[in-house]
Amino acid sequence: MKILVAIKRVVDHNVRIRVRPDGTGVETTGMRLSMNPFCKRAVEAAVQLAEAGQGDEIVVVSIGPKSAIDVILTALAMGVHRGILVETDENLETLAIAKLLVKILDEEQPDLVLLGKQAVDDDSNHVGQMLAALTNRPQATFASEIRLIGQGIEVTREIDSGRESLALPLPAIVTSDLRLNTPRNAALPMVMKARSKPLAIRPVAEFGVDLSPRLIIEKISPPAERVAGRTVSSVAELAAFIAGDVSQMEAL
Amino acid sequence: MSVLLLADHDAGVLSLATAQLVHAVAELGPIDLLVIGDDTAAIAQSASTIAGVAKVLIANGFSAADGVVNVLSTLVVRYHYVVASAGSVGKDVMPRLAAKLDLMPVTDVIKILGPTRFERPIYAGNAVQTVSDNQPRHILTLRASAFRAAAGGNTAPIEVLAGSALSLANLLTSHRTQSDTPDLATAQIVIGGGIALGSAENFQLIKNLAKKLGAAVGATRAAVDAGYAPNDWQIGQTGKIIAPDLYIAIGISGALQHLAGIQGAKKIVAINTDAEAPLVKLADIALIDDLFEIIPQLTAELDRLGVRR
Ligand SMILES: Cc1cc2nc3c(=O)[nH]c(=O)nc-3n(C[C@H](O)[C@H](O)[C@H](O)COP(=O)(O)OP(=O)(O)OC[C@H]3O[C@@H](n4cnc5c(N)ncnc54)[C@H](O)[C@@H]3O)c2cc1C
Ligand SMILES: Nc1ncnc2c1ncn2[C@@H]1O[C@H](COP(=O)(O)O)[C@@H](O)[C@H]1O
Repeated sequence: MKILVAIKRVVDHNVRIRVRPDGTGVETTGMRLSMNPFCKRAVEAAVQLAEAGQGDEIVVVSIGPKSAIDVILTALAMGVHRGILVETDENLETLAIAKLLVKILDEEQPDLVLLGKQAVDDDSNHVGQMLAALTNRPQATFASEIRLIGQGIEVTREIDSGRESLALPLPAIVTSDLRLNTPRNAALPMVMKARSKPLAIRPVAEFGVDLSPRLIIEKISPPAERVAGRTVSSVAELAAFIAGDVSQMEAL
Repeated sequence: MSVLLLADHDAGVLSLATAQLVHAVAELGPIDLLVIGDDTAAIAQSASTIAGVAKVLIANGFSAADGVVNVLSTLVVRYHYVVASAGSVGKDVMPRLAAKLDLMPVTDVIKILGPTRFERPIYAGNAVQTVSDNQPRHILTLRASAFRAAAGGNTAPIEVLAGSALSLANLLTSHRTQSDTPDLATAQIVIGGGIALGSAENFQLIKNLAKKLGAAVGATRAAVDAGYAPNDWQIGQTGKIIAPDLYIAIGISGALQHLAGIQGAKKIVAINTDAEAPLVKLADIALIDDLFEIIPQLTAELDRLGVRR
């Protein structure tokens, strides 16, 4: 089985971002960037399937600037066989990303495509579902477990009311939730080895996809500030506050 | 301008989110509500009572994303807006529908500024995008908790659509979390517990307090990962978004990803041993002490004050 994993390089999830005062966006220069945490679970899941003898080749693809090679190398060090960078300096919309991934799917013909459920910068949670629509494949989003069974897969999904398991025929698209696995930290020899694995860098123009944006981002603003609160020193004060708040609620 | 709204339901019951969405999009045009699933009769019945609903449509059948999208895409020509709540169904379905129609969706909308202008949070709520959508049709998901619910009293007609929702995926099992507390996403009071609770048994402390206040119970990802709470209790960037009148956070540090889920809370109370915890800094009222001492005392004190809902 061949597995394709799509990974995005984003501002590290531990970094507190700053909104530019002129409303044009979020300041990312000088900030630490790393592989989107959900994508890292997708890579780990693919590597685990290969280790269990259920994946013959794993290919990762990232769409972004040259510096996104970083995250491809991380994936290669984790055990992925081959990398593709679709190079662009533009900040593309999710629909454009999905259309580029369709082209990669056409070339690679993977049985299983793994993506993160959401990128923690734009928090869109779109691309996997869009790719499934554009390729007419079944989808299982928010996966916390993936099992290969015969010619298909079974996926446990995290949903609002708890969990559910779906059976899907292959080829299929799966997006990972955080509890899918704990991604490994690649050992140094693997990091060294990653540099010698195949990595194709391809300009975005090569794919002939219309990338023009559909939406206009008018501005980006900081969220509303909360008024500073206070500390109380006794349970009695705390209970009085809660009781006061609750009685107001009932008055509504 | 007309709106097709995908109804949110669970275990045969229409969720409050649907009434909240009806209210939110009322300005955009007349609203038809679509109920997809098995056992839809009772759900459609309560949907038809929501003020502002013109018509309720029913499509019967198991509803994985591809099946739902097939149903939606046959109806969509008649509408300018297709809207769903930004819960697990809306997130699963709407981007798929949008791509099928060659459209960009606008998701997780927290404010409707006009017919084509919306606000949505990015970076775990640390920034807000103002988006203008001039496409011929608008595919939206809304965070229901950001909007007030529409009133009842309506008797909209109900129409059953021919055919049924068919999917390439089959449902094998579902594990519903059994709980007698209110729904997290729409509750007026929420009590959240963190990893500091130390065990699933100790979460009972939180549940007892919640029972007294008629509150829903939530948890941090750390508490869920540790197995102290079920996954659908997780509040935050990748869990549920809550907007209660009162949020009581117990033994929770207030990581960026957790705060992303509680920005809509009107009042926040924190109980934490660490005066420097981000959640303590953010709270309206904080008590710096050991939760294991405080919770029983607080429960008793609320009893003494006669607080009960
Ligand atoms: C991509 C990504 C997505 C994430 N999404 C989410 C999400 O949706 N929701 C979420 O919650 N997290 C999420 N997280 C995890 C998040 O970063 C934090 O790890 C998590 O919220 C911390 O949970 P906590 O507050 O229970 O634990 P901790 O951060 O360990 O805090 C425990 C707190 O308890 C206090 N404490 C300890 N003992 C006591 C006591 N006896 N009495 C009172 N207080 C005590 C401590 O002072 C501390 O403040 C995500 C992380 C990533 C990387
Ligand atoms: N620029 C990109 N390059 C490769 N994969 C991407 C890119 N953007 C998004 N993805 C994939 O789509 C998932 C969901 O992203 P999003 O829909 O943007 O929240 C991510 O976790 C990635 O797996």
